[in-house]
Amino acid sequence: MPTVRIPTPLRKQTDGRSQVDVAGDDLRTVVANLTAAHPGLADRILDEGGDLRRFVNVFVRDEDIRFQDGLDTAVGDSDVVSIVPAVAGG
Amino acid sequence: MTATIAVPTTSDADALVPNLTGLACRECGEVVEVGLSHVCDVCFGPLEVVYDTDRIASVVSRERIEAGPASLWRYGDLLPTLSADPAHRVDLGTGLTPLRRADRLADRLGLDELWLKDDTNNPTGSFKDRVVAVALSAGRALGIDTFACASTGNLGNSVSAHAAAIGAPAYVFIPSDLEAGKILGSAVHGPNLVTVRGTYDDVNRLCAEVADVKGWGFVNVNLRTYYAEGSKTIGFEIAEQLGWQFPDHVVAPVASGAMMVKIDKGFREFREFGLVDGDLPRISGAQATGCSPVAEAFERDSFDVRPQRPDTIARSLAIGNPADGYYALKVADRTGGAVGHVPDDEIIAGIRLLAETEGVFAETAGGVTIANLKRMVESGHIARDERTVAVISGNGYKTVEAIADSVGPTFEVSPGLDDFLSHLG
Repeated sequence: MPTVRIPTPLRKQTDGRSQVDVAGDDLRTVVANLTAAHPGLADRILDEGGDLRRFVNVFVRDEDIRFQDGLDTAVGDSDVVSIVPAVAGG
Repeated sequence: MTATIAVPTTSDADALVPNLTGLACRECGEVVEVGLSHVCDVCFGPLEVVYDTDRIASVVSRERIEAGPASLWRYGDLLPTLSADPAHRVDLGTGLTPLRRADRLADRLGLDELWLKDDTNNPTGSFKDRVVAVALSAGRALGIDTFACASTGNLGNSVSAHAAAIGAPAYVFIPSDLEAGKILGSAVHGPNLVTVRGTYDDVNRLCAEVADVKGWGFVNVNLRTYYAEGSKTIGFEIAEQLGWQFPDHVVAPVASGAMMVKIDKGFREFREFGLVDGDLPRISGAQATGCSPVAEAFERDSFDVRPQRPDTIARSLAIGNPADGYYALKVADRTGGAVGHVPDDEIIAGIRLLAETEGVFAETAGGVTIANLKRMVESGHIARDERTVAVISGNGYKTVEAIADSVGPTFEVSPGLDDFLSHLG
């Protein structure tokens, strides 16, 4: 089952857990199952249209999903999904 | 992690004036306590400091600024101040860099009046000393003892130097293939220098996750809210050095986009507090074609920044997923600016033009700024009679690789007069 890493600002919605295992073979399904299991998460990471919010960056296998297939990105059983806030410049 | 703002307990005339009331989300407005956080708990948007504007208005004045130190701390009333203890402030002499009139370059470009904000003069040779001075000062007030950053080079140099100067451990994360000057410029100060096999955006993501599991103060992650405010001082200084006047147009390099946003914020605060009157300047941004996500969105007339995989010699601007790109586009839109991009050969030409006309040796980001400025004048975006300021953000000695194939000795001679004279022709 894929593992989703939860950043600190979102852990209030996951009972403090820093990672959770969520079923799904694409990111859209993983996100749907994640927000079903932890209802408070949906408002925080998804906008009214069901898309990821502007400042939510999601990585599958350490690669930004915008370089993959977005919410349709395939997710394998041993894959790690990271939700990461945007960061300033360097 | 949170901290209570300390109240002065002494009559010491040097006591600072704490000026923050909280951190507010730039998207939804949710307010949280001042602390080591940078992301909104409600909508994941970026947090921004909230100033006690009444308190600032009661103390700030041109006279107080002019009587202040010859560094960015002369604007301390307008920068995040988390404690009254002046010992928390870190000052290596950053800021108040020259604002140079550039008549020879102006003539070449077709402008009546051009100025260079020359941040090659900062302690570690880039504008990053501004943001690091503010971030480490805030971090010390919050009780942070280890500092860190994700860097394209300049920030790492600055964090390494500042941490060394205050005796704090530092962790600096950089892409493994940076220019030698930028790697060594960090390493010499003795930080824990971590080279990462990947792009800056990879480094950035790693650091966001490291910040989540370690208690370190990452200047551009969990201290970002304070850090970014340091770039306002570029705007403050431009206005003060022009005799408490605004220019007509500012051209600044765009990596994350934060500098452009904060220069605008600095100008607006000067007007809000009655320090400068007049119309706010237009602000335009400069990118390299090989990493131009903000310029690409501007061309599409969109605020939706699509990430890119960088491929440019302008490594300091090679951020394919710019956190403040959206806000930089908003500034360009509101002020009548633009965001342009130039290919690498024009970047090199820009570095050389600046060096040959004004004696200022800029790193690649400066070449990007000058080359975009040239294009903006040629296209009519910047009018000849606009009083224009170009922000030169970093020193060329850090990126000599960029011009190594373009410039070199004129001729080599034996140590004899006749040989030399024969070469003169």
